This record gives sequence, C-alpha cells and structure tokens, in this order.
Amino acid sequence: MRDLRGDVKRTLGLRLWLSGGWLTILALAALCAPLLAPKDPLMQDLFLGRMPPFWMDGAEPGYLLGTDSLGRDVLSRILYGARLALIVALVAGTLTCFVGATLGLIAGYYRGWPDRIISRFVDIWMAFPPVLFAILLIAVMGPGLLSIIIAIVIIDWTRFARVIRAEAMTQGAMDYVASAQVSGQTRFSTMLTEILPNVLPTIVVLLTLEMGIAVIVEAILSFVNLSISTDSPTWGGMISEGRTSVHQAWWVLVFPLITLFLTVLSFSQLGEGLKDRFDPVLR
Amino acid sequence: MNGYLSIRNLTVRLKGGGTILRDVSLNVAAGQVHGLMGESGAGKSMIGKAVLGTLPRALDITSGQIWLDGVDLQTLPPAERRNRIGALAALIPQDPLTALNPSRRIGPQITRRLVDILGWKRQDAAKRALELLNEVHIPDAPRVMRSYPHELSGGMRQRILIASAFAAEPKLIIADEPTTALDVTVQKQILHLISEMQARHDTALLFVTHDLGVMSKVCDTLSVLYAGKVVEEANMPRFFMRPIHPYSAALLAATPTYTDPTSSLTPVPQTVVDQVEREVMEHDLRTAS
Repeated sequence: MRDLRGDVKRTLGLRLWLSGGWLTILALAALCAPLLAPKDPLMQDLFLGRMPPFWMDGAEPGYLLGTDSLGRDVLSRILYGARLALIVALVAGTLTCFVGATLGLIAGYYRGWPDRIISRFVDIWMAFPPVLFAILLIAVMGPGLLSIIIAIVIIDWTRFARVIRAEAMTQGAMDYVASAQVSGQTRFSTMLTEILPNVLPTIVVLLTLEMGIAVIVEAILSFVNLSISTDSPTWGGMISEGRTSVHQAWWVLVFPLITLFLTVLSFSQLGEGLKDRFDPVLR
Repeated sequence: MNGYLSIRNLTVRLKGGGTILRDVSLNVAAGQVHGLMGESGAGKSMIGKAVLGTLPRALDITSGQIWLDGVDLQTLPPAERRNRIGALAALIPQDPLTALNPSRRIGPQITRRLVDILGWKRQDAAKRALELLNEVHIPDAPRVMRSYPHELSGGMRQRILIASAFAAEPKLIIADEPTTALDVTVQKQILHLISEMQARHDTALLFVTHDLGVMSKVCDTLSVLYAGKVVEEANMPRFFMRPIHPYSAALLAATPTYTDPTSSLTPVPQTVVDQVEREVMEHDLRTAS
C-alpha cells in the first residue's frame, strides 16, 4: 500500500517537473531573446533562403534550425515568438479565468436570478463558433496584442463559468456551507471562505488549460494573419508560412509546430500536477 | 407555551404551491430535549432548517412565528437574525462527511463561531477548542486541530461537529439525525456524548430522528410529525405508556423487537394511514377556505 502511494507521488512529481521545466526554459528564452537569438529575427537574406537545419547537407553555419523562404533564422524567430505566446498565455489566460470563474461562482452559489442571467449568456455564447467569433472580433477591433487578449477573454470565459458554476453548486449543497451560514456569516463571505477554496483546484486546472488554449488561439489568429503585425515573429505566423513550402523546407513548419505542441502540453500537465498539490485530499 | 424555542403555527410552502409544513407548533423548554419524530419526508429536518434560517431557496415561510429566547426571528432584519441565530443556536448535522470544509484545518472550523460572532482572540479560541476536543473525548487534540477533515474517521468528525456546536455555549442545539450516517457501533457512543454534553452545558436540544429507540433514551418531550403536521405532542413517559393518536400507537407497535428473532415486523395499518391522511386533508381544506 505504501509503495503504491510512493509511486503515484513520484510520477506526479515528474509530470510537474517536466512541464514546469519546459515552461521555465521558454520563459527564460522569451525574456532573454535578444541575448540568446543568434540572428535578428526580422533580417532577411534572400541568398540564404530555405537553408536546412545544421545536421543536414548544405546547412549554413550560424543558422541552427535553418531558414525560411526569406532567409530569416527559424531559431531566432521561435525565440522571439515565445514572447508573444507567453504574454498572451499569461495575460489572456488569467483574465479569462478571473472573469469566467467569478461569474461561475456567483451563478452557482447564489442561484436565482443572477444564475438565470449568467447561464442564459453562456448558452448564447456557446452557440457561436469560437474561431469565427474570434476572427470577427479581431476584424472589428483591428489586429494587435490587446485585441487578441480581449478576443480570447470574450470567447472563452464561458469555459470557466460553466465548470465553476457546476462545482460551486455541488459545494453549495454541502452541510458545511449551511453551518457557515448558521454561524452568522454573510452569503458573500461564505462564498469566499467556504466555496472558493474548494473549487480552487478546478480553477487551477482550468487556468493552465486556458493558457495553452490561449497560445493556440493566438496561433490560429496568426495563421489567418489576424494577429499582431505580420512581420513580427509569431509561432502561428511561422506555421502558416511554413505550410506553403512544406515540401521544399519542412523545418520552417515543423520546429514552431513542435514548440507550440510542447508548450500547450506543458500547460495542461502543469495544471494537473498543481491540482494534485492543491487538493487537500490528495496532498 | 413559553419555551426557549417556541414555534407557533409555522407553515412552509414550496414556491410551486405544495405544502411542506402545516401549522406546526412546538416548544423546547430551556435545558430540555425535545424529540421530533416522523417518517422520511414528514418535514422533520425542514423544521430545524426553518429555525436556523437555512431553508432551501425553493421553500418559503408563509405564516407563523419562530420565537427564540423571547424574540420572533421573523420580525428581525436578515443580518440581525443571522447574528442572533449564530449566537444562540447551533446545528449538529446529519452527515459528518460533508459538514466540515475539506480544505480547512479542523481548529479554525471549531473556533470560527467564537472568533466571528463573539469576537474572541485567536489564541483564546484555540485554547477553548482544545478544551472542547478533550470534552468530546478526542485523544491527541492538538494533532487533530491541525488535521484536515479527510484524515479523520466519521465518528471523529461527528465528535468534532458536536464540539464545534457547543463551542459558543449556545442555548439551543438542533441535532438533525446526528447518528444516521454513522456505523451502528459508533452511534451509541455519539448519542451518549450528545446527552452528556447537553446535560453538562444545560442546553435545549431539538433532536430530529426517526428512531423511537434513540428517542426514548435521549428526549424529555416529543412531537410526532406526519406529512408536515404535528399529530401528537407529548412528554416521554406518557407517550410510551398511553399514546393518544392512533398513528403514534401504530408507530410504537411497529418498533422491531430485537430480543425475539422470530417475530416479524408490524407495519402501520392502512386504516391508521388513511386516518392521518384524512386529517391532513381536512386541515388543508380548513386553511384553504
């Protein structure tokens, strides 16, 4: 019995370490991009177009992961792209979480008319195709970092609201909430001290998941050229450029894709790992 | 008529229209134990919830008064009512597994009422919590104070809930089937503990149960409830010797005898059920007109 628990603990720890490690590396890369990047990510050199990565024949020294069709260094562009990806992940993820979780908590705990209004909004929201909705929003607000963040918050708050509402409802039916009220607490403070700590593990999981989703949404928007200005390096933009020349220069597509994949995976795994740490029963 | 808790003609309705409690009146004298007896769905727990102000939102008190320590709770503004109930009354809940907040340590959950309502200092409250845990016979109290609920057994948690119910020296405790969710072997100890604490602290106790055996051990007086209506109010010895209402008599007769393994269970006869049903209907007709 004891051995089994030890095993579970160890694998949980590994998951947390791997995902946290990758995200830390990424964060450092984003912070120190100007120091780390071997080339200027915007510098074009048409004589050096579509150079393969370093281990292949015909690789150009100094361009570790090759170049794209305009001769820009893929590695440097990935490093600079991490900046935008992480800013979007952190800011948009946190804001979405805050808005959605607050509304979900209120709807699930207070029920009654606040719940009716919020739930109706969620239903209406869910009927929009999210990607089209995002494109529409960006088209209206104009491209730019702020628009991307606002668009993500507007599209995705329902994800939090729905789940947290359901969680708050289950917790709200528990006897300890009733006894908190009997001991004279107001409904609002009961919500903060009794309900919130018990939905926190769920919020953490959703938050990290949302950070991954925000990275993907940003990539999708860059893919359709609606992210920030077209020449600043973004992973989505690189993937969309790489797509056109995938038969001649696969590395332009594959490296940003792998980075994107690992990042989104790490975010979700980080959430799972943190939940297990936060959960009092598993702790 | 002037108990510490005195419920007068309390009627509770579902917002859709169904009646949950019909003109319920009962008295719990200071320092006495009053039992609330009835089948599942008779509205026993709802009376407790109405007193404590934790009725489900779908239910409304449509008429009647709840007097607690000489004040009609219905006439107070919500915040004042909450504080008054919090200072004077407490609940021992039915299910100890859901009655403690899983993400907080035991200590603060016991002392919350002391700190929040009575304005105690944290250290004093912690000292008092230790005393209380000793009083409910919990070994190694300092460790338990630092534990999370999931680390403790059901019986332990119920002891903790009893301790926290008595923490602020309330004058009324409502015990809502406090032993139903527990193991049979633990039930007896918990009952014992509740009686012991009630006697020591001289608290009025409203004891909700559907177990006549439990009731006979604990209570001084009782009300029998059927479909939200009090069919009989009696003191304990009289009730067991000469129940007035046929439904009460049928309930007494239905108590299984554990000493004779060959005896079969006696159901409540259909004629008696018909009679109480008719009384309930007549009551509804009377109040409707």
